[in-house]
Amino acid sequence: MSTNSLKASTNSLQASSTDRGRAGDKIFSGISLAAGILILAVLFSVAVFLLVQAAPIFTADPTEVTGGNGFAPYILPIVIGTVVAAAIALLIATPIGIAVALFISHYAPRRLARAFGYVVDLLAAIPSVIYGAWGYIILAPQLARVYTWLAENLGWIPIFAGPASQTGKTILTAGIVLAVMVIPIITSLSREIFLQTPNLHEEAALAMGATRWEMVRMAVLPFARPGIISATMLGLGRALGETMAVALVLSPGALVGSLVKSGNQTIAAEIALNFPEAFGLRLNELIAAGLVLFVITLVVNMIARFIITRHKEFSGAN
Amino acid sequence: MSANQMLQRRQSQLTRGHLPSYAVWVVLAASVVLGAALASLVGFSVVGWAIISAVVFVLAATLVTAVAEGERKAKDRLVTFLVYGAFLIALLPLVSVIWTVLERGVPGLSYNFLFTSMNGVTGAVDNEAVEGGTPVLGGAYHAVLGTLQITLWATLISVPIGLLTAVYLVEYGSGKGLTKAITFFVDVMTGIPSIVAGLFAAALFALLFGPGTRTGFVAAVALSVLMIPVVVRSTEEMLKIVPNELREASYALGVRKWRTITKVVIPTAISGIASGVTLSIARVIGETAPILVTAGFASSINWNVFSGWMSTLPTFIYYQILTPTSPTSPDPSTQRAWAAALLLILMVMLLNLVARLVARIFAPKTSR
Repeated sequence: MSTNSLKASTNSLQASSTDRGRAGDKIFSGISLAAGILILAVLFSVAVFLLVQAAPIFTADPTEVTGGNGFAPYILPIVIGTVVAAAIALLIATPIGIAVALFISHYAPRRLARAFGYVVDLLAAIPSVIYGAWGYIILAPQLARVYTWLAENLGWIPIFAGPASQTGKTILTAGIVLAVMVIPIITSLSREIFLQTPNLHEEAALAMGATRWEMVRMAVLPFARPGIISATMLGLGRALGETMAVALVLSPGALVGSLVKSGNQTIAAEIALNFPEAFGLRLNELIAAGLVLFVITLVVNMIARFIITRHKEFSGAN
Repeated sequence: MSANQMLQRRQSQLTRGHLPSYAVWVVLAASVVLGAALASLVGFSVVGWAIISAVVFVLAATLVTAVAEGERKAKDRLVTFLVYGAFLIALLPLVSVIWTVLERGVPGLSYNFLFTSMNGVTGAVDNEAVEGGTPVLGGAYHAVLGTLQITLWATLISVPIGLLTAVYLVEYGSGKGLTKAITFFVDVMTGIPSIVAGLFAAALFALLFGPGTRTGFVAAVALSVLMIPVVVRSTEEMLKIVPNELREASYALGVRKWRTITKVVIPTAISGIASGVTLSIARVIGETAPILVTAGFASSINWNVFSGWMSTLPTFIYYQILTPTSPTSPDPSTQRAWAAALLLILMVMLLNLVARLVARIFAPKTSR
């Protein structure tokens, strides 16, 4: 009797636990699938909502758009400004970022390398608005003197044409502040890839009598090239979309060729500076500008990610 | 010729053509002296001195090496100097930023600053403070509260979604096309400019609740767009390193998959997950642009994230610098801005520290 009841009770226990378990399994996998799909939906809806809110500007009367000539003449100068600022940032940040990554992965004393890595990560942890404030109050006045000198002595080069900005709030300053923010991105990604270099390649190069630089050039850099390219592209994405540093550091104006004159504007800063007071069509206009920025950074990021994924599949490092 | 002499000759051949180790320091000292001389020619300044000395040192040391040790060694040395120099250059802005924030932020960081809002603080009040030399009134209490509330809501939205997505990616969807798509787009999402995330939230709520809807909650949605990919990535990494033996042992005992995930896999990885979440909070707490376009700006305390405009520390800094409360005497505003910047950096550093501690203290005890 006792065995029977025991059997019955275990049976029922098993049955109930199985049922509950099965339901739990289904619910849990369903929820996690839903979360995954939600993320795709969010990214998709970012594009859709921006498109919907931006739509009125494309059908609006050209005279109603800021500048009075339609959307394209409005957006083009600030797209160019965005690209120029990002290009300056990358020109400065790429060599420094890669060199710092090499320093941490191959040059610094082993025991200190980790600590140095943390220090560079600190650069990335500081909020962008603080960089903006620093550029606005500390860096720009310092650079104003340099710009005056550049305009006086190298003014015949179009990009240094005077008169130089007296406040130093120019696109070159913005580019420099952006470079500071991009360096940690390039460094941390390249560092990881430098560390993945097969040790045997490095040791083989050294055993052949290569100096450290020859070893780096022959074993590390070729291996890391796709990684460096994609790190630079991700840095570019950041530089294109960075808002606060530019909004604070640049005194905006019409597009000018000179880097030391005040003027120029980037998309992100244009939105941040004008959105809080905007209403009506101006709101749609700024959202359309945001859409343009979104598309640009999306393309840049997708190319970067594509390179990384391909590298992962073919490199054999993993 | 004895064996001893042979040995000595060989050694000397091996070390021939090598500069002694003190040579670099001699060149450095010479460059510093020369740099001082050159700098005083063009008008002395410490910065000019440092730059000229560095350039002279790199050139001279390379030249000396080229003459004594050959071209390859010289190139190697030049690159070494450049790499070290790049690191020092990268440190400059960090040191400068932290020094500036400390120097200018500490005087403003008072009890009054921490626990009063900007409610009722007008340009006239600031002017009085400057003229009378009295302490600066007004503070960032409302902004601190706003930051905490918005970040809390962003965390509440992002963590479940991010965690579950990572669970799907690692436990359910390995090898599926959807997994690849999600992984790819999560990576792409990490690169969304923060201002676009803000515009998205603004556009979404404008469609749902009419244009101009600006509340703390809209800002929280914007921040979670930025936060979710970070949570997904870090959680995914952590779940991946949970040993498969643990899962198999659990299945062998007849435990259901979802029980295995919630009772075995996640608890094993919890330290890494918690540290990843903390780091993602540290990332979004300093975001300014999305708050500007979604939560507006307030000068008084707002406890309700679902209605009314709200300030956060970053937007507080931004507006205090760009549009000082008193246009004629901006100093009090600048002082408040730097104090808020110091507070913000302290928060971010604290979060980073907590993340590292959590990862270390609660790390699973493995036998290996």
